[in-house]
Amino acid sequence: MDLFEYQGKQYFARFDIPVSPGGAADTVDEAVKVADASGYPVVVKAQVQVGGRGKAGGIKLANNAEETRFHANNILGMDIKGHVVKRVWVEHASDIEEEYYASFTLDRAAKKHLLMLSAQGGVEIEEVAEKDPDAIIKLHIDPVDGLSAAAAHKAAVDAKIPAKALDGVAKILVQLYRCFTEGDCDLAEINPLILKPTGEVHALDAKVSLDDNADFRHPEWAEYRATEELDSREQLARTHGLQYIGLDGTVGIIANGAGLAMSTLDVVNQVGGTAANFLDIGGGANADVMAAALEVINFDDKVTSIFINIFGGITRGEEVAKGIVEALSRVTLKAPIVIRLDGTNAEEGRKILADAGIPESTLISKPTMLEAARAAVAISNGK
Amino acid sequence: MAIFVNQDTKVIVQGLTGGQGKYHGLRNQAYGTQVVGGVTPGKGGTDVEGIPVFNSVAEAVAATGANASFIAVPPKAAPAAILEAAAAGIAFIVCITEGIPAQDEAKVFNTLIRDYPKTRLLGPNCPGIISPGKCNIGITAGEIAELPKAGKKNVGIVSRSGTLTYQALYELKQRGIGVSTCVGIGGDPVPGTNFIDCLREFQNDPETDAIIMIGEIGGSAEEEAAEFIKANVTKPMSAYIAGVTAPAGKKMGHAGAIVSGGKGTAQGKMDALRAAGVKVGLNPTEAGDLMAEIIKSIS
Repeated sequence: MDLFEYQGKQYFARFDIPVSPGGAADTVDEAVKVADASGYPVVVKAQVQVGGRGKAGGIKLANNAEETRFHANNILGMDIKGHVVKRVWVEHASDIEEEYYASFTLDRAAKKHLLMLSAQGGVEIEEVAEKDPDAIIKLHIDPVDGLSAAAAHKAAVDAKIPAKALDGVAKILVQLYRCFTEGDCDLAEINPLILKPTGEVHALDAKVSLDDNADFRHPEWAEYRATEELDSREQLARTHGLQYIGLDGTVGIIANGAGLAMSTLDVVNQVGGTAANFLDIGGGANADVMAAALEVINFDDKVTSIFINIFGGITRGEEVAKGIVEALSRVTLKAPIVIRLDGTNAEEGRKILADAGIPESTLISKPTMLEAARAAVAISNGK
Repeated sequence: MAIFVNQDTKVIVQGLTGGQGKYHGLRNQAYGTQVVGGVTPGKGGTDVEGIPVFNSVAEAVAATGANASFIAVPPKAAPAAILEAAAAGIAFIVCITEGIPAQDEAKVFNTLIRDYPKTRLLGPNCPGIISPGKCNIGITAGEIAELPKAGKKNVGIVSRSGTLTYQALYELKQRGIGVSTCVGIGGDPVPGTNFIDCLREFQNDPETDAIIMIGEIGGSAEEEAAEFIKANVTKPMSAYIAGVTAPAGKKMGHAGAIVSGGKGTAQGKMDALRAAGVKVGLNPTEAGDLMAEIIKSIS
């Protein structure tokens, strides 16, 4: 789950990472109130999860309440690359002497944590990475050892952070690493990490991506969940605990396992169709889950055929079949189903479907993935 | 021959008294795997359909001489279960648990490397391993795996995705091609065993004549495997990469499957494998067809 900037900053604050005084606002009046409390000048920043906010006019400097009112009014409701701004973050504008870059991620190839640090931060960091890769130092950290204060200090020296900012940067690195590990982040990034003329170092932006698998030990993430930008199909799937991603095509996809679901998308595409979604019912899915998956697909008006592709391992064929029969008794599907069922207890599953007396106009069974894809695409394309 | 496991492998199931552990543990036993015990803290002294249950892995090992463990416990308990098995001297651990936080996985992986270098972890979030006719640890339906045939050419399978592992087994079965060993390494960010570990074993396994590799978008494991293949693998290979049509920036179920910043695309992975001499199919069936051609050409 990706956090908005203001949530990232609030998350940083939990780990004592210094951020500018400020707050989130949903209305113009709230924005002015936050600005008054933060101290002028302030920056009014659109909260959207898309790059290029500044260029789109979503980040403005305001010197007083009147200017804050003017900018907040313009930015709230603004459309930035298809994302409508529902909230702004208002914070005290910092004087900036220098801009740095710092991030922690997991390096999957090395199987270690990776610190990236540069004395040349700011909006041009990707250009720096391309033209002058040596300006960004990379340090692998063994997750068992963690990051010591001494190692953080050495990394800052290696990245050519100037002497006056060394202690401040090293301290923030240790705090950011704690946020990354204890906070269960996939990514914790500060760009820019700034040095103020007063000598203090702090985070001017926050990019945080949380590891969904760690949800069970972070009750505080519930408030972030509530603001996630999902379309209505994705929200419905979420309430059923399904892995669903909305796409633009016409063949509704239900598969078990992420790999098979992706492969199903590929095959539908290869035989001339377009997938309406990615939906992984996961391992060990039972009848209820299958029924819920069909309801989610049925909610999508673009869907003109449904391709259920199941290869049972931990998922059992008879459970899948029971789910389909149950779903058909609960909801009237708007599109016919083409199913391919194999693996654990597939024969029992096929028998349950055959014995249920479902008409062919509602459900047809095909022996292979390719044949089923062709049938689903043919129906979807009206052939 | 087979890789990692064989008919002599003795398996305990951590979580044998739970729903998944019992169902799949008993299925593994029914397949012919030597399932010699189970471990559930607090339930030592009981049994599951005749299989003795112990309070700890150490007790189970002492009593049964087990050298492999099948872990089927929830995400919260899995990291400790893996380390307990390693500490008890288990050489081969299969963990099917889905949903372990990446931070925990990274810690477990690096702890194993440092403190238990002789232990191999397969998974987490993987379907397990099957050497048809000899040993099946995990959740693979044994009947879809074609037995290896003496005097014929047999294929090793390594796959990052669970269900596509079954699909690969099924494609070979349809064509009557025998399987030496099929390893599902799982799609999580920090798998205990990677493509290269399996490719190395298959290259050295006299029973394996050719290899199918199933990858997916995200990360760089397939690219690294391609480098390894180029330098070290002489056995012919076919491959399939899932996720050609996946949109960038969207997480496709697995923690691993995400295309970001133009990296980890299916196209990039297919190109790397082709450059290493691997025949790449555009869907699992095509990868199966390509393998059938390979088998024909080397028979």
